[in-house]
Amino acid sequence: MEHGFFTDNSAATFSLTDEDHTIANAVRFTLNQDPRVTFCGYSIPHPSEARVNIRVQTTGGAVFDASQYAFFGNDVLEEVELGGLDDEDEDLPAAGLDEEEFLFDQEEKF
Amino acid sequence: MAEGAGEEKKKFSIWDLPDVPMGQLPPHLELQRSRVSCNKDAPIHTESIQYSGAYASMGIDNSSRLDRFSNNFRVEVVRLNEDDIEFDMIGIDAAIANSFRRILIAELPTMAIEKVLIANNTSIIQDEVLAHRLGLVPIRVDPRLFDYLSENDQPNEKNTIVFKLHVQCKRGSPRITVKSDALKWLPNGSELVKETRNATSDSSSKPEIYTYFGCSQETVPEFVKNPIIPKYPDIIIAKLGPGQEIELEAHAVKGIGKTHAKWSPVATAWYRMLPEVVLLEDIEDDLAEELKSKCPVNVFDIEDLGKGRRRATVARPRACTLCRECIRGDDWEKRVALRRVKDHFIFTIESTGALPPEVLFTEAVKILEDKCERVITELS
Repeated sequence: MEHGFFTDNSAATFSLTDEDHTIANAVRFTLNQDPRVTFCGYSIPHPSEARVNIRVQTTGGAVFDASQYAFFGNDVLEEVELGGLDDEDEDLPAAGLDEEEFLFDQEEKF
Repeated sequence: MAEGAGEEKKKFSIWDLPDVPMGQLPPHLELQRSRVSCNKDAPIHTESIQYSGAYASMGIDNSSRLDRFSNNFRVEVVRLNEDDIEFDMIGIDAAIANSFRRILIAELPTMAIEKVLIANNTSIIQDEVLAHRLGLVPIRVDPRLFDYLSENDQPNEKNTIVFKLHVQCKRGSPRITVKSDALKWLPNGSELVKETRNATSDSSSKPEIYTYFGCSQETVPEFVKNPIIPKYPDIIIAKLGPGQEIELEAHAVKGIGKTHAKWSPVATAWYRMLPEVVLLEDIEDDLAEELKSKCPVNVFDIEDLGKGRRRATVARPRACTLCRECIRGDDWEKRVALRRVKDHFIFTIESTGALPPEVLFTEAVKILEDKCERVITELS
């Protein structure tokens, strides 16, 4: 669900349904940290409607590389239990949440 | 704070900065970036500096990459009981900590009573009030073993738990209190039949029932050792006088806190940033005694320097509740600085009993992952 995509390749507004501040604020924070992003913000058009608009403007030239998200297709449950998190390095920061689980499990043992 | 802003005990002047930025922020900017300064009237520098180019003119890269994040991020469990957990998350930002808190409160599924079929209620508690109270009773069962029940589904053993409540206060006996241990689990499903209004139906037609259990829930291995009961047996549901009776069946289904608060798995979940108390100058003798007595949670301690001189030290900054008693009064703001560390969160989760609190947090992380995955699959 994107808008404003056709004329300008480097900026877009993403409209997500059934979402709220929970994911929008986290995505906005993570995107702002990326050096290729010049502007990122989100808004909720109306509080009674579960829709959030995330606006991203970049420096251009950021190619969408689907291989980064390869880990999402795997059996996530298996990765958590076996601790097979060695190949996480190229993933998005959002994927780094798995490391939190792993570290947290370590703490539990002590 | 532009010139000569003191950090610790040495005076810092911007004229001392090297001409070429050395790759480290000067102390006053580092303070602004990583600490919330809690002054007497209001906190300042509360926003987190997220923009990657914020310090570009100083030659410092504020962007965060995954490898740096995973090297610096730590989780340390401070306290773990059966019902609550307190742990520290070091190295993340408030946006992500808040996402976890919101998911813990509103988007983790649990089982709670949703439909109450009342056969007989002659007590003074109204039907709807009784049903509302039953919905709020926490049930000790792992919600991951069940599926959601949507409108088109039939209630079966995979998505419904059936409880029965039948209490009666006999005439001549004193009043009784109905507690939650009176709820009996029916592993074989509902025992009530639906009323058919059709006068022409003959007695050979099968009566319709409310649930369609294929097999008894007792056969599921998890429930053999742990029968499904309310977590707390002493919750008062109703009170009955002589001659009053309640007979009902309650069906529990899976839901999330967003729909109704009865499905929230936590009593509450909250976080606070780690407080940091810094003494800006040496506080000795009488002033030290005064400071120690001011703090209601005993953050400060007196140490002996010998020769009868005493000095105040910060012993337990983590206990600080930011009541600001230590900076009230004249001149105290120059001696004590109250700050909060922006990337160190002390999380506390209190569970209502369906799942242990550490499992709740790992489930919350999985749910955030699921949300991200859903967004990515929609985009690609």
